[in-house]
Amino acid sequence: MVIEVHNVCKSFKDVNAVRNVNLRVESGEAVALLGPNGAGKTTLVEMIEGVQLPDSGTIQIFEKTWAKDEHLLRQEIGLALQETRFQERLTVEETLDLFASFYHLGKKRTNEVLDIIQLESKRSTWVVQLSGGQRQRLALGIAILPSPRILILDEPTTGLDPNARRDLWEILEDFKATGTTMILTTHYMEEAEFLCDRIVMMDQGKILAEGSLNQLLDKFGEGDLIEYVIEGSFPTQEAKALSGVLTCRWNEDTGYGRLIVNSISETLPDFLDLIKITAVSLTSLECRRRTLDDLFLAMSGRHLDE
Amino acid sequence: MNSMLLRLVISQFKLFFREPGVVFWSFGFPVLMAWILGIAFASKGEILRNVALVSNNQASASTLPEWLLQKTGMAPAEFSGDYELVWEVGENHGEQARFRFRVMPEKAAMLALKRGQITLWIEGNPKTGLRYRFDPNNAESRLTYLLLERAFRKQKFVRQKAEVHPLTMIGSRYVDFLIPGLMAISIMNACLWGIGWNLIELRIKKLLRRMVATPMRKSVFLLSHGLNRMILSAAELLLLYGFVHFYFDINIQGSLQALALVFLSGYSAFAGIAVLISSRVQNTQSGNGLINSVTLPMFILSGIFFSYHNFPDWVIPYVEVLPLTLLTDSLRGIITEGIGLAQVIQPALGLLAIGGICFALALKLFRWH
Repeated sequence: MVIEVHNVCKSFKDVNAVRNVNLRVESGEAVALLGPNGAGKTTLVEMIEGVQLPDSGTIQIFEKTWAKDEHLLRQEIGLALQETRFQERLTVEETLDLFASFYHLGKKRTNEVLDIIQLESKRSTWVVQLSGGQRQRLALGIAILPSPRILILDEPTTGLDPNARRDLWEILEDFKATGTTMILTTHYMEEAEFLCDRIVMMDQGKILAEGSLNQLLDKFGEGDLIEYVIEGSFPTQEAKALSGVLTCRWNEDTGYGRLIVNSISETLPDFLDLIKITAVSLTSLECRRRTLDDLFLAMSGRHLDE
Repeated sequence: MNSMLLRLVISQFKLFFREPGVVFWSFGFPVLMAWILGIAFASKGEILRNVALVSNNQASASTLPEWLLQKTGMAPAEFSGDYELVWEVGENHGEQARFRFRVMPEKAAMLALKRGQITLWIEGNPKTGLRYRFDPNNAESRLTYLLLERAFRKQKFVRQKAEVHPLTMIGSRYVDFLIPGLMAISIMNACLWGIGWNLIELRIKKLLRRMVATPMRKSVFLLSHGLNRMILSAAELLLLYGFVHFYFDINIQGSLQALALVFLSGYSAFAGIAVLISSRVQNTQSGNGLINSVTLPMFILSGIFFSYHNFPDWVIPYVEVLPLTLLTDSLRGIITEGIGLAQVIQPALGLLAIGGICFALALKLFRWH
């Protein structure tokens, strides 16, 4: 076991940020802490990183604790905190050199990392002149400088455009292939799906569910979705009676409705026939597998991106 | 448009008042300073204008001259084995002044002038004519001369013409008094703004917490800031000294070892204060206010631009132990009086103690995250 979090609680004034959380992370595992803002993800990872102390409970990393083995653990963990602003008038290379010196690493490692994070062309550029995506890559570069056995990333792609996010994912995917244990917090379900073997869904300081994407969907998210918008009066009773329909909802005011079905291919033809027979106007139709966001909504009543 | 402006103004007010630290430094601190300084020094009559009566006659070296006693009608008070006379003149607003006369030989008067213990000295007597000696570039000295001359004329002291003999020899000029103070301020600012402000900024940027989340030792981190500013500060002082040496002909009269000791101890004191100030501050406005609250009183009290010996006697013992005063007095002693290592050991130890206490406190309070 690489990380073992046992009954950890943390409060700030009158807010219970983390409530009695238990988490175990195996060697080489990539774990996503997924949840909306205020779910307690950052507080939990900051306690794992030794940046904050838990009010109660224990955290062990490689069977060691922050209280006794801080210096040793700092060598083993690479991390990227949320919202770090590096010195604006140092260049990318100077920033990496500075942090490399904290780990007693030489120039060779700086060059390797510049290559990994694809910032060789920006090595002499001041940090203030980097784009958001490039700054996040620099933060990632600093995190991986010591070739850590554990990599902890707190919302590494928040605020980035899709291309920058994809670039960062590719770097992380390569790094994950080296067998490094990884924990990342995110409120993007795609990020959790793409990068992680296990997803831990959090809300209001508690873990709601955990498992691989398929395990979660199988366990909590039975069925596919047919979503539609209809003008006119929708025959709800007839729709419920269609083959393979598990649930049917329709909002008369907005016209939005959704069917949860065993299989899209089984139900969709009958659904379209029903629309044709009843002569209502179908203005929008979307068929898809249920997602983590649907699961999260069902469990917490909130969307992940809230 | 008006609604937009109103909304913007209101929201900025709300932001302002929701930061208690900012509110204090904006409203509370200026009022507090005005109150403290106002209580202490608002009454002009409280300011004592120190004047030496120069007599090189051994027999009368510590005796106040008869003409002064007669004309003022005052009795002398014993002062550390010597005699002094405090003479208060003028009841009308604007004419009020208090003078303190002491008799001393010229050499002692020169030393007292360099230290800011007197603002001018008088030679001669009313019969032969009085000679006022001071640097006309020193505004305090000029004002003392004008007030004293006016008071003497009112008492019909001086029938003959009085003469002003400007003091312009190196070491006795106002600029000689000023430069060591400016050097001390340079050291103070290098520490409080260079170290204190930097640490506050690193905390606000969350870079401090990122750095301490590595194996970097916190002591090494703080030491790096101290060393960096010490080298820069030494370079600043060298540049300043180079300029005043060539432009004003100022030379260091005392020992360089003493100068090095005073620089290092002064730097340690202010570095300790800087780390203490920055130990918990979370925003720039509070940081700004806190640094100003330390620098401003010392700026006024520590005898940089004018002598603190003009302040009421009860204030002086407190002023003398302020770190900027200890540093300024020591630098002034080395540069203009030529004092050596033995004379600066006591203030240097005082400065080191201030630095050590502040640093120890700061390490207990310091918020790295």
